[in-house]
Amino acid sequence: MRIDWISKLRHALQVWAFALTITAILYAFQPERPYAPQVVYSLLISTITWAIIDLGRDWFPSAAETGWPQGLGGFGLVAGGIVAGYLAGTWIADQLCVYYGFYPPGAPKHDPNQLRTSILVTALAGIVIVYYFYSTNKGAYLQRKMVEARQHANEARLKLLETQLEPHMLFNTLANLRALIGTDAVRAQQMLDHMISYLRATLNASRGTTHTLAAEFDRLRDYLELMAVRMGPRLAYTLDLPADLAAQQVPTLLLQPLVENSIQHGLEPKVEGGSITVSARREGTQLVLQVSDTGVGPSGAPASGKGFGLAQVRERLQTLYDTEGAIEFIATEGRGACTSVRFPLKT
Amino acid sequence: MHKRAISLENMSETTGLIAEDEPLLAQALQAELGRAWPGLRIVASVGDGASAVAQALALRPDVLFFDIRMPGQSGLEAAAALADEWPQDAPFPALVFVTAYDQYAVQAFETQAVDYLLKPVQAARLQKTVAKVQEALARRAQDGNHFEATLDQLRHLLGAAGAAPSGAGAALPLKVIQASVGSSIRMVPVGEVLYFEAADKYVRVLTAGHEYLIRTPLKELLPQLDAQSFWQVHRGTVVRADGIESVLRDEAGKLSLVLRGRTERLPVSRLYAHLFKAM
Repeated sequence: MRIDWISKLRHALQVWAFALTITAILYAFQPERPYAPQVVYSLLISTITWAIIDLGRDWFPSAAETGWPQGLGGFGLVAGGIVAGYLAGTWIADQLCVYYGFYPPGAPKHDPNQLRTSILVTALAGIVIVYYFYSTNKGAYLQRKMVEARQHANEARLKLLETQLEPHMLFNTLANLRALIGTDAVRAQQMLDHMISYLRATLNASRGTTHTLAAEFDRLRDYLELMAVRMGPRLAYTLDLPADLAAQQVPTLLLQPLVENSIQHGLEPKVEGGSITVSARREGTQLVLQVSDTGVGPSGAPASGKGFGLAQVRERLQTLYDTEGAIEFIATEGRGACTSVRFPLKT
Repeated sequence: MHKRAISLENMSETTGLIAEDEPLLAQALQAELGRAWPGLRIVASVGDGASAVAQALALRPDVLFFDIRMPGQSGLEAAAALADEWPQDAPFPALVFVTAYDQYAVQAFETQAVDYLLKPVQAARLQKTVAKVQEALARRAQDGNHFEATLDQLRHLLGAAGAAPSGAGAALPLKVIQASVGSSIRMVPVGEVLYFEAADKYVRVLTAGHEYLIRTPLKELLPQLDAQSFWQVHRGTVVRADGIESVLRDEAGKLSLVLRGRTERLPVSRLYAHLFKAM
């Protein structure tokens, strides 16, 4: 536990200012009562109450995150602090006032009327100032949470970009380009064109926008063409898009992570390579998009790595289509993997 | 100029092997090497780790250019396998790793025994590597430490590559191994395990009297074991140190282990032979 003494001191000063204000108001209404003792009472009661509540709340384990104890603990602390502050503060103030002779000759008198007023004032003032601190505290807490959430979202976006622009893929592609420039300039140009559209699509892809299924397949073709140059005869691919579905609107680059998974975890680890098939079909009122490969199957998926692509697609489907979207992943050892995504057709 | 011509003359017998899964990159590297090192003859160009090991053993080239990311077996794993199976009497080849991205912390390569190249390979950088390899090959003729240094570095590289993914998640050491036996799960205390052995898609867990199969790969299991008590002695074998009864050395200098309560002998890879030295 770390206590921020500067902020505690700031709280104490605020409490004192509040206590003195109340004393001044009370004095304005009852000018017949002596001012000095009231200041002593008010400062002592407020200081003790502040000390118990402000320093005490850090001892509650439930206050670790929000700064205030949760549930009954919070109420107990406030009530205890106010009562203890009143009793102890009044007692010490009595002694001080007698000692310094603030009262006219004769013992300090607490007549029942006075007693009732001061209890009421203490309780009300205590509750008001506690509420004030509680709400500023809560505001700061919510603000902090919001900053955290924003940071989280930014990190996720960065991670997405990093997986899409994976350095290994980028540098290997560039190395292939460099090799082609010397031996086959025409093919190098074609490869560069695919790379340009791949990069443009990746960098533009903002979540939540859509494009046509034909455009989606074109982007997949760019990526697969790049990979086909790199992997040579180890990669064959088929893109099967029925003409009547070409104009369907789909979320941008939805299938990209699935095709990347198939390459990275299915075909790249397999010595003899294999093929990828991406297809689209209509099933009742639903559009079914399917990415299947003849790779190594589940053993190619590292325990941690594979999840990100799938999780990302699942998350997007859920935000866009709620329960109407579905994703299904089947991998058979040695016989490849197949991922199907389905969501409602737009008519 | 004259001096340089002589040194190339001396190198004219040098042979090399390229292991690279992307055909264009393999061709490009071979072409660049042809320009940078005319005396080098590439005797084989293969596309995966296992073929690289087989071809290197069959052809015994002087220099190996291994891509790190290859299907089947990575370049690092292939080099480790090769170090294990390399005959004692022949000098170990000079190793150059080729990688597109420095995920294996390129600084780990910055020593003498093993060099690295970043893809795309650039002529000037390749020239430096060639000079370094030529120097290493010349030194190898006189000095036997080359192989030891290579082993040392490979061990380091494999350790670095294995430790990376677990990172902060290095949890407490595993206490029990959960192995399924028929329809039940058998809880095997780690303290009873004598050794783990990788077998195809499974890992065999052997105690004094029993054998179990688990699906967790050895690579994932290893970071969860207490490194003080469990030692890796081979690519596919992790042994509990206090279960080892004796270490035997055969005529060829290869080490094998005898465990308390078991009759079989476990071979020790050269990569891990340094663990067994008399105190």
